[in-house]
Amino acid sequence: MANSSPNSGTAMAVKKWKKKRGSLIMALHEIQDIKGYVPWEDAQEVAVGMGVPLARIYEVLTFYNYFKLEAPGKAVISVCLGTACHLKGNDEVLKEFEKELGVKEGTSTEDKLFHLQSVRCVGCCGLAPVVVINGKTYGKVTPSNVRSMIEEWQNNFANETDVA
Amino acid sequence: MANEKLIQKGLEAKARLEERAKSGFGDTSGARAKVYGCNSTSCRSAGGESVIDSFNQAVDANELSDQVRIVPTGCMGLCAKGPLVKVVIDGMEDQMFKEVEPMVARLIVAEYITPVLEGKISELPEFLKQYTLDLNSPFFASQQKIVLQNLGHINPESIDDYVDFGGYQALKKCLFEMSPQDVVNEIKESGLRGRGGGGFPTGLKWQFSHDAEGDEKFVICNGDEGDPGAYMDSGVLEGDPHAVIEGMLIAGYAQRATSGWLYIRAEYPLAIKRIENAIRQARKNRLLGDNILGSDFSFDLEVRLGAGAFVCGEETALIASIEGKRGTPRPRPPYPTESGLWKQPSSINNVETFANIAKIINMGAKEYSKIGTDKSKGTKVFALTGRVRNGGLVEVPMGMTLDEIVNQVGGGVDGDAELKAVQTGGPSGGVIPKHLLDLPVCYDELKAVGSIMGSGGMIVMDEDDSLVDIAKFYLGFTVEESCGKCAPCRIGGQQMLDKLTKIAAGDGKKQDVTDIKRIAHAMQKASLCGLGQTAPNPVLSTLKFFESEYTDKIKECCGGCACSCNKNEAAK
Ligand SMILES: Cc1cc2nc3c(=O)[nH]c(=O)nc-3n(C[C@H](O)[C@H](O)[C@H](O)COP(=O)(O)O)c2cc1C
Ligand code: FES
Repeated sequence: MANSSPNSGTAMAVKKWKKKRGSLIMALHEIQDIKGYVPWEDAQEVAVGMGVPLARIYEVLTFYNYFKLEAPGKAVISVCLGTACHLKGNDEVLKEFEKELGVKEGTSTEDKLFHLQSVRCVGCCGLAPVVVINGKTYGKVTPSNVRSMIEEWQNNFANETDVA
Repeated sequence: MANEKLIQKGLEAKARLEERAKSGFGDTSGARAKVYGCNSTSCRSAGGESVIDSFNQAVDANELSDQVRIVPTGCMGLCAKGPLVKVVIDGMEDQMFKEVEPMVARLIVAEYITPVLEGKISELPEFLKQYTLDLNSPFFASQQKIVLQNLGHINPESIDDYVDFGGYQALKKCLFEMSPQDVVNEIKESGLRGRGGGGFPTGLKWQFSHDAEGDEKFVICNGDEGDPGAYMDSGVLEGDPHAVIEGMLIAGYAQRATSGWLYIRAEYPLAIKRIENAIRQARKNRLLGDNILGSDFSFDLEVRLGAGAFVCGEETALIASIEGKRGTPRPRPPYPTESGLWKQPSSINNVETFANIAKIINMGAKEYSKIGTDKSKGTKVFALTGRVRNGGLVEVPMGMTLDEIVNQVGGGVDGDAELKAVQTGGPSGGVIPKHLLDLPVCYDELKAVGSIMGSGGMIVMDEDDSLVDIAKFYLGFTVEESCGKCAPCRIGGQQMLDKLTKIAAGDGKKQDVTDIKRIAHAMQKASLCGLGQTAPNPVLSTLKFFESEYTDKIKECCGGCACSCNKNEAAK
């Protein structure tokens, strides 16, 4: 993101995958990895660069749950609703997040700090119920942990702005 | 010529493998003490990485680096008690530590490893015993590890470790001592069946693909692991990536394939990282690319990521997804072995299936087929979760009973409630009630009672769990994941879910149960792919064994009718 032109990451992804077979989804992954979502302009750039109709790109983007079409919040909260986590009551944890953040699952807070989503199994079923926030995993979570988890990330962001 | 150089380098790599075989396999570090720290997703989430760091720092601080080797490993199995650390010291009993924190790591080095190496003590200090797990307990002792053999004592990021423990010897044997047909025959004779759920005989699939002709031919590894609550494949990919690569290489050779494709769930970043790292190492060591090990076999691997669609685990949908399209299934035939990826012959196997291959070649099909039952050979890895004491990744011989798996290996129910049922096969499977727990885990036996082996999810439920809720959970999942291409799955699933939701909320009628059964029947018969065909299973099997849980929720039923609800029983 610190690169010169705003789309240089996308240009690189296009260049890297253009000549390879079965690479559209990989290019889209790379863009989402850098930007957190796949912006409209980038999808267009892929269409032109890789010679794929834009309609086909959106066909793919909308089919796969993993791709986001809008910028998520700074911290993406993924509440696992896999079987083990469901059985151990993660639905209640999700509800608590919805209540504390005042948003529904699948949406972001107005200040764009948090995005709340549910995922299906992150491979830590032994630690169920599990919540992942920006890659950091929390195991054996209960609804009463929710507030402190949110505060932890609020503090992280506050410290960031202090430094800047 | 460039190829001559490649062949030369390949032959050198082959010679190194031969040299390695002569000296006997195992750890070559010469360290008197070894610390194995679990570095899998689960234990890392519990703080495993900083524990491994603490061991490294403590060993450095005590100037023991040449005597102690610290190995970050794959999953050690007992995930619920992580981070796990195993300490092996020459002449001492092996020790497994649970829930290790950095402070405990420093204590283990200072109060156990160091004094033992200095000859000052010869026993584990009393205060550390609270952190140990009994390695003779059934959890460890009753398992039989073939697929997970290397997990727990090799560093999955090191090809040298893999080779030290016999890695790539099977590939060498295939390339230089066996014809492709010989390899196919060996896999046939082993009795190996696909571990992705269907249980199709792997050797037979390979034969079809071996015999097929095409400009190109592909071997595909299904690492989509769609069952939402299972992580066998991620455990193998993270913990022993080279075993999957070696399996794919042997499959490629046996089927005369031109390249291999690994399709992995995007939700598994660590597995992806480790497999990509292993592919780079394999290329460097002339195990992938042109003229592998100096032979005339050329083969390379590509990684492609899933993007959060369960249906992409189905083989024709997976192929569409690799091709960069929406992952919708298509009718079979033609089967992928005739016309698959880019309309070329392609054969698809599951991660765990591939992880068995090198082991079969090494031990021989005859030996391998002694493990398991008549029709289900070998072992099976399960992700044992839910209300079970020893939750984690376990591997047991086929034919072990569910009771042994849950009550011995798993240590029984966690808590005071009684066990109620075990669910296998995830969204395509069903529940097995307590009175049938003597059932051996085999493909056919599980099918006979309305469940399936599945890919290895095993969820333990106790008396306090509602099976209507679990059925609703799975059906909600498949409805959400239906690709929408065929009507029976798209519409039938939703109708069934609506009725189930009504029942669960206490607003259901008896007619709803009848309707659910009818819709289920239609979906099983008329859906295009396995997703829709098997989606009713969780509902049907809970209805079969626990119908009263449904009828109890139906208000209009208040005794006197023919149903089997408790109200009825009370009225009698
Ligand atoms: C809806 C659906 C989902 C599936 N998901 C997976 C999966 O996640 N992993 C897998 O290996 N096989 C999955 N399969 C089975 C594959 O279609 C295929 O049979 C399997 O990968 C073949 O490998 P095997 O013979 O080694 O088991 C799924 C099938 C269906 C119908
Ligand atoms: S079900 Fe939540 S981590 Fe597996």
